[in-house]
Amino acid sequence: MLTRRVIPCLDVKNGRNVRGVRFSADIDAGDPVELAARYDREGADELVFYDITASAEGRDIMVDLVERVASQVFIPLSVGGGVRTIDDMYLMLRSGAEKVSINSAAHRNPDLIRACADRFGSQCVVLSIDALRDPESDPPRWAIYLNGGRVRTELDAVETAQRGQELGAGEIVLNSIDADGTREGYDVGFLRAVTDNVSIPVVASGGAGSLEHLRDAVTVGHAHAVLAASIFHFEVYSVREAKEFMAAAGIPMRLDPYR
Amino acid sequence: MIAVVDYGAGNIHSVARALTRVGARFSVTNDPSAVAVAEAVVLPGVGAAADTMQGLRNARVDDPVVAAIERGVPYLGICMGLQVLFDRSEEDDETPCLGVLRGNVIRFPEGLEVPHMGWNQVRQVKDSPLFQGVPQDSNFYFVHSYYAQPSDAARVSGTTDYGLEFTSVVRRDNLFATQFHPEKSGLVGLRLYANFIRLAGQTPAPEFA
Repeated sequence: MLTRRVIPCLDVKNGRNVRGVRFSADIDAGDPVELAARYDREGADELVFYDITASAEGRDIMVDLVERVASQVFIPLSVGGGVRTIDDMYLMLRSGAEKVSINSAAHRNPDLIRACADRFGSQCVVLSIDALRDPESDPPRWAIYLNGGRVRTELDAVETAQRGQELGAGEIVLNSIDADGTREGYDVGFLRAVTDNVSIPVVASGGAGSLEHLRDAVTVGHAHAVLAASIFHFEVYSVREAKEFMAAAGIPMRLDPYR
Repeated sequence: MIAVVDYGAGNIHSVARALTRVGARFSVTNDPSAVAVAEAVVLPGVGAAADTMQGLRNARVDDPVVAAIERGVPYLGICMGLQVLFDRSEEDDETPCLGVLRGNVIRFPEGLEVPHMGWNQVRQVKDSPLFQGVPQDSNFYFVHSYYAQPSDAARVSGTTDYGLEFTSVVRRDNLFATQFHPEKSGLVGLRLYANFIRLAGQTPAPEFA
């Protein structure tokens, strides 16, 4: 049976891992290569690296970082942040990433999703969505934000997820800006609104603060995978503990002895 | 020397890194004559069947790969390197494949989420030197939308449950192939590469010995 995944996320700024609170990131949380190796030892199912500088220099640092991680860590790696073109995506895949997530550029130009999927296959194209709930909306509606949460759009997150699937995205990372960095739990209502309307895997992102939150993203939000940053970086919980907790709740997890 | 066949497959660097990690001596090559004399052959692969077959033909390594298998040198096919061994694939409007093994490659039926992507268990249905030291039902990393249906059940050496039971590992003598990606499957995946290089007469790095 296909297992659900636990994915530690490393936000990378100038080659260091940082922690974000509601999209402003400053606190140094360590060397990404060391952290990646630790998560692998603990049984992470996948690793995500976000380049939050998203500049040309940032991209070069990222390529080097992914190459270093990929020579030590033999699990799927996913990279995002500042990917604007097919060439950007190719660079990341060649450096050792299995998947590349596209965010702002894909929302501005959805054809980029199709172009990347045609060239590299849907399995490596991840559509990343940052959204904030419209406070007035009823039924609830989530508006997409670009450029790391700085630019609001009129795009509806659920419709965009459906359209992304049609265009060839193989997976969606759904990040709630409301919940991001709060450690108060994922927005499971948002998750469910999307998972009920697409058939590709959806990764929950933003807000994990406890093991119950990870569990609820799967059991209530129907997420295929849970992404978390700070609860792992600061060793509040190990990845292993998270997976054992989720398995005890009846969720199929990969619990092989890793070392 | 182990030849890792370079015909444009996207995962070749990952495969090379995993082989390096377990201490293999190998060369990444698109030279048909190097494949023809290799002591073992690794055929990586990811993507679509037609692209894979076209890549093999363009590099003129299709015949040398088949010849190497028929010579009986150890062969390891990964993902598309498994699928192209069969007669044909449903993908891309019926793609004729290498025809080393009898059977076809078909798409997962409607109702299953495709691609089958993530970690899933491999049930070892036969003893195989490839599985040495790999616990029964270990998880491996899969990414694929099509799967092989060997005509001869004797070729099936591992199976996986994704709503239906499909063949995830095949073997015929020294020919081994996995639908999953051992190079992305953590320690059990590295162990599998170590087992393969041992079959090729090499000694793995001490921690994989």
